[in-house]
Amino acid sequence: KHGAALRTVRNFVSLDYGMNVLKDSVDTQSQSFKTNLKAMEELLVELRQHVEKVRLGGGTKAVERHKSRNKFLPRERIDNLLDPGAPFLELSQLAGHELYDEPLPSGGIVTGIGPIHGRLCMLVANDPTVKGGTYYPITVKKHLRAQEIAAQNHLPCIYLVDSGGANLPRQAEVFPDRDHFGRIFFNQAQMSEAGIPQIALVLGSCTAGGAYVPAMADESVIVKGNGTIFLAGPPLVKAATGEVVSAEDLGGATLHCSVSGVSDYFANDEMHALATGRKIVRNLHHAGITKQAMVNSAEATVREPLYPPEGLRGIIPADRRQSYDIRSVIAHLVDGSEFDEFKKLYGPTLVTGFARINGQPVGIVGNNGILFTESALKGAHFIQLCAQRHIPLIFLQNITGFMVGSRAEASGIAKAGAKMVMAVACAKVPKITIVVGGSYGAGNYGMCGRAYSPNFLFLWPNARISVMGGAQAAGVLAQVESDKRKREGKVWNSDEEEAFKDKVVAAYEREGNPYYASARLWDDGIIDPADTRQVLSLCLSASTKTAPQVSSYGVFRM
Amino acid sequence: QSSASVEEKLKGPIDKILIANRGEIACRVIKTAKRLGIKTVAVYSDADRFSMHVKSADEAVHIGPAPASLSYLSAEKILAAARSTNAKAIHPGYGFLSENVHFAESCKKEGIRFIGPPSTAIHAMGDKSVSKKLMEAAGVAVVPGYHGDDQDIDLLQSEARRIGYPVLIKATQGGGGKGMRIVLEENEFLDCLSSAQREAMAAFGDSRVLIEKYLTRPRHIEVQIFGDMHGNVVHLFERDCSVQRRHQKIIEEAPAPGISEEFRQQIGQAAVNAAKAVGYESAGTVEFIVDTLTGKFYFMEMNTRLQVEHPITEMVTGQDLVEWQILVANGEPLPLQQDQLQISGHAFEARIYAENVPRGFLPAAGTLHHYNPPPVSSTVRVETGVGEGDSVSVYYDPMIAKLVAWGHDRSAALVKLHDCLSKFQIAGLPTNIPFLKALAKHPAFVAGEVGTHFIDQYREELLPSASNTGHESSRAAVSIHLDAKAARQAAAIAAVGMCLTSSLGLQVLKTGVEGWGGWNSGSGFRLNHSYSRLMTMEWKSDTLENSSVPIKLSTTYDRNANFTVEVQGEEPLRLTVTGQSPGDRCRDLRLDVDGQSTNVSLAQYFQNGINSVHLWQEDQHYHFTVPWLSFEREESDDEQGSDKSHREQTYSTTAIGSVTAPMAGRVVKVLVENGARVKKGEPLLVLEAMKMEHVVRAPVEGLVDGAHLVVGQQVNDNMVLLQIKERRQNLPDEDDDDSE
Repeated sequence: KHGAALRTVRNFVSLDYGMNVLKDSVDTQSQSFKTNLKAMEELLVELRQHVEKVRLGGGTKAVERHKSRNKFLPRERIDNLLDPGAPFLELSQLAGHELYDEPLPSGGIVTGIGPIHGRLCMLVANDPTVKGGTYYPITVKKHLRAQEIAAQNHLPCIYLVDSGGANLPRQAEVFPDRDHFGRIFFNQAQMSEAGIPQIALVLGSCTAGGAYVPAMADESVIVKGNGTIFLAGPPLVKAATGEVVSAEDLGGATLHCSVSGVSDYFANDEMHALATGRKIVRNLHHAGITKQAMVNSAEATVREPLYPPEGLRGIIPADRRQSYDIRSVIAHLVDGSEFDEFKKLYGPTLVTGFARINGQPVGIVGNNGILFTESALKGAHFIQLCAQRHIPLIFLQNITGFMVGSRAEASGIAKAGAKMVMAVACAKVPKITIVVGGSYGAGNYGMCGRAYSPNFLFLWPNARISVMGGAQAAGVLAQVESDKRKREGKVWNSDEEEAFKDKVVAAYEREGNPYYASARLWDDGIIDPADTRQVLSLCLSASTKTAPQVSSYGVFRM
Repeated sequence: QSSASVEEKLKGPIDKILIANRGEIACRVIKTAKRLGIKTVAVYSDADRFSMHVKSADEAVHIGPAPASLSYLSAEKILAAARSTNAKAIHPGYGFLSENVHFAESCKKEGIRFIGPPSTAIHAMGDKSVSKKLMEAAGVAVVPGYHGDDQDIDLLQSEARRIGYPVLIKATQGGGGKGMRIVLEENEFLDCLSSAQREAMAAFGDSRVLIEKYLTRPRHIEVQIFGDMHGNVVHLFERDCSVQRRHQKIIEEAPAPGISEEFRQQIGQAAVNAAKAVGYESAGTVEFIVDTLTGKFYFMEMNTRLQVEHPITEMVTGQDLVEWQILVANGEPLPLQQDQLQISGHAFEARIYAENVPRGFLPAAGTLHHYNPPPVSSTVRVETGVGEGDSVSVYYDPMIAKLVAWGHDRSAALVKLHDCLSKFQIAGLPTNIPFLKALAKHPAFVAGEVGTHFIDQYREELLPSASNTGHESSRAAVSIHLDAKAARQAAAIAAVGMCLTSSLGLQVLKTGVEGWGGWNSGSGFRLNHSYSRLMTMEWKSDTLENSSVPIKLSTTYDRNANFTVEVQGEEPLRLTVTGQSPGDRCRDLRLDVDGQSTNVSLAQYFQNGINSVHLWQEDQHYHFTVPWLSFEREESDDEQGSDKSHREQTYSTTAIGSVTAPMAGRVVKVLVENGARVKKGEPLLVLEAMKMEHVVRAPVEGLVDGAHLVVGQQVNDNMVLLQIKERRQNLPDEDDDDSE
């Protein structure tokens, strides 16, 4: 009877049609969903408020002064530079958040990826309304991170320069070290060498070290009146040599375009400069981009997931201790909610499988609990599989860590975990990590945390990152303290112990908070769960433009 | 060739027709021929190499350069084409060689059947003086007039006096209003005569004219007749073609409104008598002028060919006149007797022209960047020879299409016509569609009160001009204000449409090989905030020339293609719009505007440095231009003038004192030289297009400068022909810079 039915079916569709479509296990009418949704929406309101604030730049006065000079704000400049209506993936929006005594919105620099004439570019725009566009340590870090992404993904860089250079009071934190200010120009040289176009639009001042951004660029544009490039400004020149000269004569557009040759294109105003920037990108030649791989891998039609993206907001339990099935997240992210799970029955605390996002095949690694020896081995196996096939990897982190205890240790969990870490570290495919819950301990490593250089790493607003959970840390530290006191013969009453623990928990809560992480650039930004598919799809196509690389590994401890 | 072999050739049914024409009529003939299984041959000039009539014919032969005199009017080339393709017959269409006696004779000599009347009938009816004499003899009433060969000016003037003013001067060889002048008073006679003669000479190579009584409230009613080789003649009832501009028909209907059955019988019989008097065969039209005051009708002329407006007769009689023509040419008797013919319902034809209505119906030329006619059905016909991407050239008639609508009665047909006109989407060149819509909605027209002076009579209502929008007519001013308000809303809808179509258009690419992954989705995605796009547009009125209303708007993108548009200005407007494309064509959209669902269509194109956006929504059409910044000034320019004045300059296309070509055409006369002083309104040069002369006059008083035009030169629409400079002391400083 089964055979007859099968024959009938086969007349119409192929055998695997409709197979492995994830069922939505989430009841959107349930009380828990509503509670979760409310909690997430509160987090999102907070997120949007923070973003709204940084979008205003360095305050009304600074913005007014800026605009009075016929200048546009960095995000306005970017909007005009990009293809109209095209997406823009802003990176590290909340860099510098509560990092210094004074506010430093977006770290004083706006970075992100967007298309110009269809070509994806990395845009790096100084915000002169924030401390004159000077480079704080976090500014440098954000600039370097943008360059790192550009280098990794072969994205032409466009620097919208309008900066006072290094922040002088903090020179020790921005000038001398390897990953400090000088690295910007090192990167420009390296990328230029690798054939990644470096383009500078000089929309304001580029003084001292800043002068090297346009000078190191492959092509540069300078705006008449507002744009200046010089190693030392008129006051310093006067002090040094006694020469009295205007900024325009010293390093203005006319000088640099017609006399010094420091700049290549003369712009009458900012819009002209941006338009010229678009033309420069238009004239770039697409070389070294393998289209063949795309032809084979992109599916003909893109199917949306069966479940609306907003549903993700209600999946994550408001109470972080509650567990949930990562497959319900995957169901909201992948094409047709179709997920071909690999080794489903083995090491079930790690979910692995194949899917497509916007037609792009991906391998997904998601946590469904603590990592056991089997889960880690499965993870290592799956990652190797994807690396060999050049399938990009997506890590959905919700991990409290590897299993502890004598049984786990005896099973060799340390070497199993090491295998997974080795596989992650050496897999030369695009990797994108989304922290959808906790990210604790060695789990962070095995699941491609920041140290494993994923191409992109984003957090959900409910994410937590720390070496272990606050309560566990408090427990461990209290034990150590208690032991110490015992040795010293001191009594430690329970009130004191609770106060001690609370303090630790509070510190972990503060430092494990996504804003704390994002402010320090431990990630590339905090995103709305509902935007995850969109962000993943943008990141994937940004990171799959490079030629496939062959992965090889170190010694796996067997 | 021996007469025997010619005789042989003329035998047997026609199985291949060469169409000695172009455009819609060529396509029209091909359509029927195809239905009858007859092969077709098209001929084409250089300008028509890729035209629709060439593509739809089975074969096509190149016959020379673009000017008609060297191609479509060349009998030799066309006959050679017919010989080389073994065409058994030639269909001349209308215009060109259709009423050329020599051509009809040559065909016969070659053994090729001429699908039309015998050359003798063409000859008799071709000369207006001869035809009127013939008609008088046959008992058909003619308008009092002078049709003599003696063209002595004094004689003509005295004849005009005898007939009594007002009189009409017409070219003896004329047709279609060319070489025609109305003379209201005697003192205008000589001026009118000489210009009519000049135009007649240019158009027909014959300057002879005739003079007729001019009826002040006439109607133009014509009767379709058909004759065969066996002496049968029937009429297929009348058409009313009264509504004309520049003596050219623009809207025709069948049957004529407001006439009695008795009148219909009389006029039909008169037409049959007229045809019989010349031994007529094939399709012909007898034109009458009807004096609405007396109810009398007079013979005017007979058109010995298929008329432009023949489809309305086909619609009300259910016959295919091209098929009839082929039957008759085959020597068969007429398929129906007079008593078998009946009128069913009512039909209108609107002629859609590329023309600049606000500039006095001047012909236009250009590219059809967007062409989307209403869907055809058993009650709607769209006869055209062009499609999207084709051009309307300066060499031929600027008619783009004929729209034919049928209804069970006049008012039903009129409703249908107006609906189809609203759905007729053309962008890329100016058309008379807005004017036709106004006409079809005009109460007097709706009431059937048609007459040849209709447009002049209701000019103010049909053609709001710049002169009556100012302080003079508050009604027009109010209407412009309301239009502008509607235009602002339309701009908001167009803006969303553009955002949406770009996202939908790119959606297609998303699935392509590039592996775009959403970067080209046009979604305006921004992380944790929304994206607002500032847009500037200028609304260009369809009915007013040089009117431009700037509109500034901000479109905010939301999740799932929801948009909020804010139109800035004195009365800010806020709309929320969402939508989707119901079909494959992403330029047709179903939008939800503030909860109300509506269908819109969009067109966008770039031409002559101007980016245009068109929106069709319900009955309305809006044209917007999108200005952009120009960065012409380079580092070599010094610091003269502020940036602001520079910007304004780059937006404006022409300076004051620039004389631009009102239409595309050829320079036939240059009347002034550089440095000459001219008064305001003084003629500067004469342009000719579509065999129509147009005098370009000085817009201001001043000195002529920059005139480098030579006779015979082709000029484009809006091209700067020359400058009129004011006296130096009156010259503002900035203008000084401009002109140096």
